[in-house]
Amino acid sequence: MNSVNDRSRDIGPFVPAPDDDMLVCRCEEITKGEIRQAVHDGMWTMTEIRRYLRAGMGLCQGQTCSRLVKGIVARELGVSPAEIEPATSRVPMRPIEMRIFANEAKEEAHHEE
Amino acid sequence: MKRFDLIVVGAGPSGLSAAIEAAKRGLEVVVFDENEKPGGQLFKQIHKFFGSKEHRAKIRGFVIGKQLLEEAAKEGVNVVLNATVIGLYQDKEVVVKIGEEIKHYKADAVVIATGAAENMVTFPGWTLPGVIGAGAAQTMMNLHGVLPGKKVLMLGSGNVGLVVSFQLLQCGCEVVALVDAAPRVGGYGVHAAKVARTGVPFYLSHTIVKAEGDECVTGVTIAEVDEKFQFIPGTEKHFDVDTICLAVGLSPMSQLLKMAGAKMEDNPRRGGQVPICDEYGRTSLPGVFVAGDVSGIEEASSAMIEGRMAGVVAAEYLGYIDETSMGMELEDLEKALDGLRQGMFAPKNRGKAIDKTEEGIDISTNLLKKGYVAEEEIERFPGVTHKKGVHPVIECTQNIPCNPCQDACPKKCISIGSNITSLPIVTEDCDCINCGMCVASCSGQAIFLVDEDCGDGTATVTLPYEFLPLPEEGTKGIALGRSGKKVCKAEVVSVKSAKAFDKTHLLTMRVPKEYAMTARFFKVEK
Amino acid sequence: MSERIAEHPILGVQEKGKIVSFSFDGKTIEGYEGEPIAAALKAANVMVHRYTQKEHKPRGIFCAIGRCTDCVMIVDGVPNVRTCITPLKEGMVVQTQYGVSGKPFDEQ
Repeated sequence: MNSVNDRSRDIGPFVPAPDDDMLVCRCEEITKGEIRQAVHDGMWTMTEIRRYLRAGMGLCQGQTCSRLVKGIVARELGVSPAEIEPATSRVPMRPIEMRIFANEAKEEAHHEE
Repeated sequence: MKRFDLIVVGAGPSGLSAAIEAAKRGLEVVVFDENEKPGGQLFKQIHKFFGSKEHRAKIRGFVIGKQLLEEAAKEGVNVVLNATVIGLYQDKEVVVKIGEEIKHYKADAVVIATGAAENMVTFPGWTLPGVIGAGAAQTMMNLHGVLPGKKVLMLGSGNVGLVVSFQLLQCGCEVVALVDAAPRVGGYGVHAAKVARTGVPFYLSHTIVKAEGDECVTGVTIAEVDEKFQFIPGTEKHFDVDTICLAVGLSPMSQLLKMAGAKMEDNPRRGGQVPICDEYGRTSLPGVFVAGDVSGIEEASSAMIEGRMAGVVAAEYLGYIDETSMGMELEDLEKALDGLRQGMFAPKNRGKAIDKTEEGIDISTNLLKKGYVAEEEIERFPGVTHKKGVHPVIECTQNIPCNPCQDACPKKCISIGSNITSLPIVTEDCDCINCGMCVASCSGQAIFLVDEDCGDGTATVTLPYEFLPLPEEGTKGIALGRSGKKVCKAEVVSVKSAKAFDKTHLLTMRVPKEYAMTARFFKVEK
Repeated sequence: MSERIAEHPILGVQEKGKIVSFSFDGKTIEGYEGEPIAAALKAANVMVHRYTQKEHKPRGIFCAIGRCTDCVMIVDGVPNVRTCITPLKEGMVVQTQYGVSGKPFDEQ
């Protein structure tokens, strides 16, 4: 575990800010205040924030807000954004309907060894 | 499962270049691109590129796009469109959504050339319809022929913000202001100057307070910020706009590499999360290569060379060429790339405040703050000289890698030398024939042909003009200075168009002779 | 306020092909076949593509290249269609999306 994720570290209390109602995740409509509060609730990684708030879990899969969320989490933890582990990258990289996602090309499946 | 020698992900400048080089050496290559049309961002780039001949300088981006596609077709590269690569696994299995199906392919080598995504900033109202990315504006106007808006405020003074502002002007939009929180213009001074002289005000050390409107954008308020980027109360300015355009940087789209297990790093100098790779694009995964913005944000010109390098190393990896010939080819490409990575905007100088040119001349501070070189500053640059008769005045004041003007002059009046970032100089024995080739060749639109004294109390100024409608001979209007403010009355003497000028028209206007060195743009008076 | 670029100083007159009709919230609008639905709507001055689920806020074109998913609408009955990358066809039925529904929130 790297030092950024050392949960015994004291990051101080949540202090409300005037821009807490600023929308950050456009898809799931998550605000800056919610993200900051989540850090104080113990969500220190991008993956935790995603699962806790759904920020970056909407239709666009964090294409727009990932960098913004990372910046907010980093600032709250008092570290550089570069030190925050990015969220897991996984299939599919783009929004895809389940009926297509499940539609493996049949013809080519034949040739598989 | 269908197998290819090389799968390239992304049909932009780097991906196509990689595919071409690999196919030339005998590899069976397929390129997947999620878009309906190939070329990446090249088909949205309508300005002439910088660099020298080997970098395709002086050619407009969308024309380079066409050239790359033709080369790819000639070499037998299979470009598959509407093909979204949704997964990349460690054993080089590539999962692609094509149409309504999911297909699996296996490659012996993979080049990831997925490019970059736009960064965004938040402010109250940033989700309103009418707040768009600069890329969206380019897509709408240059690909789909639809105006992004009528009155636009641009946030971001990097090359994207400057270039897109000019493109907006070219399709008839009004750009009410160019705003950046940074204290200095981030992009090339020549890009800034061509926007500023049309009358667009620059607000550095300013940012957006809020976007206004209920259903869509109807206005915007900006304010000055201090060194800590905090708003200074009382400095608010309001503009009625229907569009706010965001051009605040790019981030590499490197998720596929992370998914495949490539070693990654967060490198702010390269724009964010990037794969760790060597100078030729070899990642930590054998047979997986990268090229272009995905491994660090740069220009399309360098992306093309990186792509070619990746194509060459992939060919060697699969045994299609030997190590010696690879070494020779890489050496040439490295030289070409190195040439582009020079000057004050080089990646190594990112974030540094450079105050002097390589020649030791003070950089124009007004250019960095307001987007144009002030009258009292312009005379110190070597391209600005005076003589009898028509002669070039080259307002190129920063060291950028670019030299087409040197080759353009049939009389060899312009010299840059072997170092392509040097400021151009007008030779002592300049014997200008007023052909205008230098004006049209300058990608930065920074060259003017001036006759300072026509003998009747007037002077003529020839300037590059890329707007419609073209003013006719005899049209009376006003001359604007570098700042975009009116300096005097002017009359159009001629408008020259030629195939060799490649859509840059040469507008010659007559002004009172005292304005020969200040009048730099023509506007029809309404 | 928006309109099409008749002639561009660099790109010239762009070939757009066949004009087709489609329906937007019951109104008939014309656009060019094969252009993104969003381009046809923009040319017809339509700014709002949807209202969000939670806050009921308006959204429109943002990235225009299929990444941000802000421009999604209901197209031929299917919700969440990215209009900026979906080609326009004759007779398409395009509706403003409320949450994920074609019905305004007070009718849902």
